Amino acid sequence: MLTTEERQEIEVEMARYPTREAVCIDAMKIVQRHRGWVSDESIRDIGELLQMSSADLDGVATFYNLIFRKPVSPHVIMLCDSVSCWIMGYDRIREHLTARLGIQFGETTADNRFTLLPIVCLGACERAPAMTIDNDLYGNLDPASVDRLLEGCK
Amino acid sequence: MTLEKPLTKDIPADGRALDLGGYERVGGYQALRKALRDMTPQKVQEEVKNSGLRGRGGAGFSTGLKWSFTPMGADAPRPKYVIANADEMEPGTFKDRHLMEGNPHQLIEGLILTAYANQADIAYIFIRGEYKFSEERLARAVTEAYAAGYLGKNILGSGYGLEMYLHVSAGRYMCGEETGLLNALEGKRANPRAKPPFPQVSGLWGKPTIVNNVETLANVPHIINHGAAWFQSLSHTKDAGTKLYGASGKVKRPGLWELPMGTTMREILEEHAGGMREGLEFRGALPGGASTDFLVPQHLDVPMDFTEVQQAGSRLGTGTMVVLDDKTCPVGMVSNLIHFFAQESCGWCTPCWSGLNWAKQILKALEDGEGKSGDLEKLEFQAKFWAPGHTFCALAPGAAEPLQSALKYFRDDFERHIQDQCCAFQRR
Repeated sequence: MLTTEERQEIEVEMARYPTREAVCIDAMKIVQRHRGWVSDESIRDIGELLQMSSADLDGVATFYNLIFRKPVSPHVIMLCDSVSCWIMGYDRIREHLTARLGIQFGETTADNRFTLLPIVCLGACERAPAMTIDNDLYGNLDPASVDRLLEGCK
Repeated sequence: MTLEKPLTKDIPADGRALDLGGYERVGGYQALRKALRDMTPQKVQEEVKNSGLRGRGGAGFSTGLKWSFTPMGADAPRPKYVIANADEMEPGTFKDRHLMEGNPHQLIEGLILTAYANQADIAYIFIRGEYKFSEERLARAVTEAYAAGYLGKNILGSGYGLEMYLHVSAGRYMCGEETGLLNALEGKRANPRAKPPFPQVSGLWGKPTIVNNVETLANVPHIINHGAAWFQSLSHTKDAGTKLYGASGKVKRPGLWELPMGTTMREILEEHAGGMREGLEFRGALPGGASTDFLVPQHLDVPMDFTEVQQAGSRLGTGTMVVLDDKTCPVGMVSNLIHFFAQESCGWCTPCWSGLNWAKQILKALEDGEGKSGDLEKLEFQAKFWAPGHTFCALAPGAAEPLQSALKYFRDDFERHIQDQCCAFQRR
């Protein structure tokens, strides 16, 4: 079941587009903002509201990088793996993160604090290498600054 | 001569955004007032066409010409749409972020003027999901613009009305492709559409739609304020205006600078980016993002405009260059680029989804010391296979550019990977 709050937020978006289908990406992002990810059940509920099949919605959900169809931990780290960051030492940061967290890309730490994902160019090439934690951008990374950022996460 | 920097001169140095009051104090929304008071939509179109403004998203198409295909008059299909393409996802590119974070009203005024020129009813700003500051600042600026009467019904008492909405994307390179963006806004996968029909005739929900890049739109208020001749005078070359140039990679001062269009690569690299870091040599650069052909030292004096860079065998693209130094492996760099394009391919066209993955595997094998004779010929075949006309959109042709030019300029490095069965740079 969608909560009243989720439903109201989705209805605000409906006023901005002439079709219900057009709201589906916003709707999934709204649910994800409240629950962290988009479950099969949420797909069904959104589909009912927007008169779309679960298959159509899942086809859209799986196309986009920022819609999560699996649970993620409270802190999502996205490390840029595109060209400027690669030149500026992406490999070193990736090795440091995976060793320190004990996980690979696409995985969540055993204590469920961090999920680590790769992301395409964050548009922060002048501060490469860069990553986001919970959509906050950090650049000019080195192992020491990565450690400080991880320690700062509650 | 003092250099004019219309796009960036009013951006606060402390990292804040210029708010509505600040924007109005430096002449903001005067162009909109002028256009609504003194100019017909056709006159606005003409001024922009005469200015020589070319699309700053990378393709360099004449903005005025693009607009001229919009059906006008009482018989035109309604509603008509205008869209700001703020889905900056070309690797190596970080220019639109600066414009949106620093001066969001400049983009909004440019978008309103574009809407007026094309008599559009609804405007969307399509922004990528990772640009959190840009999103927050644009959302606030749109609210301010409504409150001040620059948006909504009967703007400034002119009788012209426009609604403007922010669409925050869920992320995919294909969303920056004009027709992929339209599908994404309609709530679909961002696959490309066949052209023709062009979006100006049949775009969003089949209605006339204009899509312009953020930097392109940001130029429009200045062109309306100061005129086409002034805009032409800003440039060093035939392509008009200023350009936001950038440099990333191992230069001393990576960054972004607004300079006259046609500034040379040498000036950008040596004067503005401070040259290469100690102990490193310049080997080449992608002049305008991931999907542009490498330029090499012999091209350092090429003026960076659409026409001249094309004559040098590449494209100006987004104007933000990615620099390759002599201690970084060109094969590894191209492997990284092709991995990106293979991952971001939407799977719609066979040369793209199949060919990019094939090339990705060959490049990975070269890097891992498992290259075979014939691999380079296979890569060359692929790059030709991705040529314009073989696919619906420019993703695969764009991917071909760094690959084909790397095979041309850094051939020895590729061959050495096969001969030595390893990467001599051993950067990992």
